[in-house]
Amino acid sequence: MFGLRKSDSALLLIVIALTVLAPFILNPFPENSVMAQFNAGYPDLMQRLVIFGIFAIGFNILFGLTGYLSFGHAAFLGVGSYAGVWMIKLLTLNVIPAIVVSVIVAGAFSLLVGWISLRRSGIYFSILTLAFAQMSYALAYSVLTPITGGETGLQPKVGDPRILDAALEEGVTPRANLFGMFMNDSYDMVVGGWIFTFNVGYYIAAICMVLAFYLSIRIFRSPFGLMLRAVKSNQQRLNYTGIESKPYTLAAFVISGMYAGLAGGLLVAMDTQAGAERMFWTASGEVVLMTILGGAGTLIGPVLGAGFIKYFENIVSKINANILETWFSFMPDGLSDVFVGIIYPFIGKGWHLTLGILFMLVVIFLPGGLVQGGQKIAGMFKNKKDGSDSATSSASAAPAE
Amino acid sequence: MGILEVQNVNKSFGGLKALTNVNLNVEEGMIHAIIGPNGAGKSTLLNCFVGRLIPDTGAVTFDGQSLLGKKPHEINQTGVSRVFQTPEIFSDLTVLENVMIPCFAKRDGAYSLNAINSVRNEKDILEKAEQMLVDVNMADKRDMVASSMSRGDKRRLEMAMCLSQDPKLLLLDEPTAGMARADTNNTIELLAEIQEKRHITMVVIEHDMHVVFSLAQKISVLAQGTVIVEDLPDKIKGHPKVQEAYLGGAH
Repeated sequence: MFGLRKSDSALLLIVIALTVLAPFILNPFPENSVMAQFNAGYPDLMQRLVIFGIFAIGFNILFGLTGYLSFGHAAFLGVGSYAGVWMIKLLTLNVIPAIVVSVIVAGAFSLLVGWISLRRSGIYFSILTLAFAQMSYALAYSVLTPITGGETGLQPKVGDPRILDAALEEGVTPRANLFGMFMNDSYDMVVGGWIFTFNVGYYIAAICMVLAFYLSIRIFRSPFGLMLRAVKSNQQRLNYTGIESKPYTLAAFVISGMYAGLAGGLLVAMDTQAGAERMFWTASGEVVLMTILGGAGTLIGPVLGAGFIKYFENIVSKINANILETWFSFMPDGLSDVFVGIIYPFIGKGWHLTLGILFMLVVIFLPGGLVQGGQKIAGMFKNKKDGSDSATSSASAAPAE
Repeated sequence: MGILEVQNVNKSFGGLKALTNVNLNVEEGMIHAIIGPNGAGKSTLLNCFVGRLIPDTGAVTFDGQSLLGKKPHEINQTGVSRVFQTPEIFSDLTVLENVMIPCFAKRDGAYSLNAINSVRNEKDILEKAEQMLVDVNMADKRDMVASSMSRGDKRRLEMAMCLSQDPKLLLLDEPTAGMARADTNNTIELLAEIQEKRHITMVVIEHDMHVVFSLAQKISVLAQGTVIVEDLPDKIKGHPKVQEAYLGGAH
């Protein structure tokens, strides 16, 4: 299908199904039940899940294939965001120019950063990218305030030029749209106690993610992808095989920068504002976590990792002491206090503690990330099945496959 | 005139003089062995051919072009391939992929951003790589991950990778180091066969005299950074200077 081999087509179909059905999958609990707080099927979170999925897919093209660990990818997301907001301010409230220009500007910026940073490899490369990202952050936060809005960030105003749009009516706040469809428009489907929300912005972002995922499969399976894996495996041999590795690594860097730009542009399309904190080093670190947690170098890993982190970030950080107390209210007073006391540091603002522990567990026990975990579980089932088969039908052993 | 000419090459590392006025003339189609005691400068010399080291003074000319100042990938693109002392392969990739990469390098040059087409649709490259694996008796291992193979197979794979580029000059740095006798003999056969069928010029660095005298058509003896004798194998065997270099002083 679409020039993909069978297993890759299956993977693509799974991703399409997951994104299309996300409003159902993420809302498994009825609205008024106790479990409703674990529902993630609201537009804002769903949009973030797929947008950071795009960010991680792009990061994986660089880190997963070439092994070059960039610690500054949030800079491209931030630059893309600013470019997107400016398009919305200057041209039109339609999101298409904003998204396209975000990708182009982020690509150009990553060409510059990559061209300089890729002179070094290993830890020095990581430090160079980190330095660039922190410089970008500092500039956006202070010196470049006229362009970036500094501390307050950048958002469209009623008085912006928007040369392609007709003037807004008096008192109407500017909202981003796609040919008249507003990003926060939603259709709520009520089934029994459940409410499923279908959001315009989410589906636009989801289409972008499916396309981005498809493109990444093509890159993984292409001669270019093979060369990138060769860079990771043995750069010296590659050079002695007549191949110059820099154009390959630079191309991978720019492609992943453009993915970050796309993610930045989509963030702006969904919520028309951009701030410098988007470029802060923790944001760069987060995409590294997503990729490694999901499984670096695998196709679907980054998507899973991004979904996993963004889901738990939103859900776990919403739990507070009151909610905990209602959970443990069935226990005697003293005992419930003990349990609340133990769990309290891991919830709400302590969510990073939970993430850190999860990350450590994954890196130690599943170096291949969630994908490896899935494979292990699948392998266990397979073994069990094979075992029972051979036990029951050893007499009629047919040649396998 | 030889295909590879080395004239008055000097190379020092700090105060240590590794190569002193080395002259070497490798004739086209020959297997030329470089032997010498440990620390004689054999590997340093080889590194000067492939662009890993740049000689302080002197000239290295291959096929009429100077190799000095060229980067490793540029030198390879002129037709020089190298087999390393410890096999340098793409350990994380499959055997077939390992051989496909040099085929791509040969066809597409130092880089080509072929990012959309699937590798599986590159029929000419696939055919060439598979044929090469048949030639070196590794067809049954095509889908194995390279790192899981034995050392002898890794070296064979590296040889296949170099050969798939149809090089004009093949440099071999101790191709049988650490091999069992049977593997060594296989390698000798393989190299002799390559030379017979493809007429590739080879420069071999080797410690094992059995290998040297079964293969070499010409031998240069390097001692303390300088070529002391260059002659036919028969003449090298009993040469007094060679015995002196290996045994330390005349008796």
